[in-house]
Amino acid sequence: MKSRDNWEPKIVAFLCNWCSYAGADLAGVSRIQYPPNIRIIRVPCSGRINPFYIIKTLQNGMDGVLVSGCHPGDCHYISGNLVARRKFALLKNFLVYLGIEPERVQFSWVSAAEGVRFAQIIEKVVDEIYKLGPNEKLLKEI
Amino acid sequence: MDEIEREIRGTVRKLFEDNRIGLFIGYIKGSLPLRTTPGFINGLAGIETLVWNSFCRNNLTVYLPRFFAPDPRRKEAKLPSIGVLVKGCDSRSLVNLINENQIPRENLCIIGVNCAGLVDESKIQDSMGEARMNEIIEVDEEKDGIMIIDEEKHRMKFKKEDVLADVCLNCKYPTPVLYDILVGGKASQKHLSVRKDDRVESFEKKNIEERWKYFQEQVSKCIRCYACRQACPNCYCKLCFAEQTKPKWVGTGNDISDIMFYQIGRIFHQAGRCVDCGACVRACPVNIDLRIFTSKLVKDVKELFDYEAGLSLEEVPPLANFKPEDTQGFITEP
Repeated sequence: MKSRDNWEPKIVAFLCNWCSYAGADLAGVSRIQYPPNIRIIRVPCSGRINPFYIIKTLQNGMDGVLVSGCHPGDCHYISGNLVARRKFALLKNFLVYLGIEPERVQFSWVSAAEGVRFAQIIEKVVDEIYKLGPNEKLLKEI
Repeated sequence: MDEIEREIRGTVRKLFEDNRIGLFIGYIKGSLPLRTTPGFINGLAGIETLVWNSFCRNNLTVYLPRFFAPDPRRKEAKLPSIGVLVKGCDSRSLVNLINENQIPRENLCIIGVNCAGLVDESKIQDSMGEARMNEIIEVDEEKDGIMIIDEEKHRMKFKKEDVLADVCLNCKYPTPVLYDILVGGKASQKHLSVRKDDRVESFEKKNIEERWKYFQEQVSKCIRCYACRQACPNCYCKLCFAEQTKPKWVGTGNDISDIMFYQIGRIFHQAGRCVDCGACVRACPVNIDLRIFTSKLVKDVKELFDYEAGLSLEEVPPLANFKPEDTQGFITEP
């Protein structure tokens, strides 16, 4: 059991190279403030995300996962995010069904021009995971 | 039942005589009562051992992909022609396997049999009352019931509806969806009264901690024997993620989070592919309630993408496909 004093959530954000990563970059160069709790991993496309990455991230001790890609219709690979959307819909429903809080695993669309939106989403995700507390359900104790 | 058995034997005999198949996969008598075992018949000699009764539970399509797996040592080898006996649910697995290019349709001779539901032997054992620890030594299937004799010569009779397997109670497709030859006739058997499976709905209504507790309880029984995977026709991967070492998805040892990872992973791999044949549930030696989790995926795929696995050879699998108007409700907005 981790204590909640001095606890800061650790969140992994899988950002697609073409939109969300550029959106995060824009938030940075525009000096928009957002919580520092996220660790960004750049992926070629949200369709590249294997559902196992998400489960494994939680198992390895992260408190939340955010996957972000291009808005539907804007995918660099035409339909990567649309295929991913189906996969994520099933995955999220399934994890919630098993009893994992819906806020732990989140999905969003952020375009390269949406630095502000990116910061807002991060704020929201971090805030929600703060309220949930540390991830203990899938955690592997080492 | 005997009629169907005779019809199956006759059909298989004809197929062998016409040289249409080199191997037939069906059911033969098991070593215990209330059981049958998969039988691999490769000539006229074995045909009389084939049986058909309420205990032919195995999904025989699980054996098919290995016969067609490419073998680099024997590149020129001719692919075999195989006959297989399928029930309604098995035929959907077969459609899945053909769609996923695991078996060539032209090398199969599918004998479909109209299924009247199969018996769960643990239900018989459990409903034997005081004699439930006794060994059953003889079984006789009658028109509307199962008659058993146990080691103390008690005779008991069960109505078939009372001892049907759970999957069969919710069966929507007792008639095979794909076959070359149908035995038993389409209307010869009464269609089962389909009971709606509302377990998923009621599980969804429980609160999140209760759901997690149930999942944990079920998963903690798991001994990682991987029998569910071996029994599942959809699990034909040469290298399963459970045994992969690069990357190593699932740790060895009995850490519950690894067992959870295996179970979530295996079940989620069935998304849009599970035909609810119940093979995993039957294979599980520790009686994990796997079906409550797989049927959630079946339900979601039906609700979100209006797709049921294994019904047609033309359909594109739901997770290889998309529609612009697919569900968006779960996406986080600022």
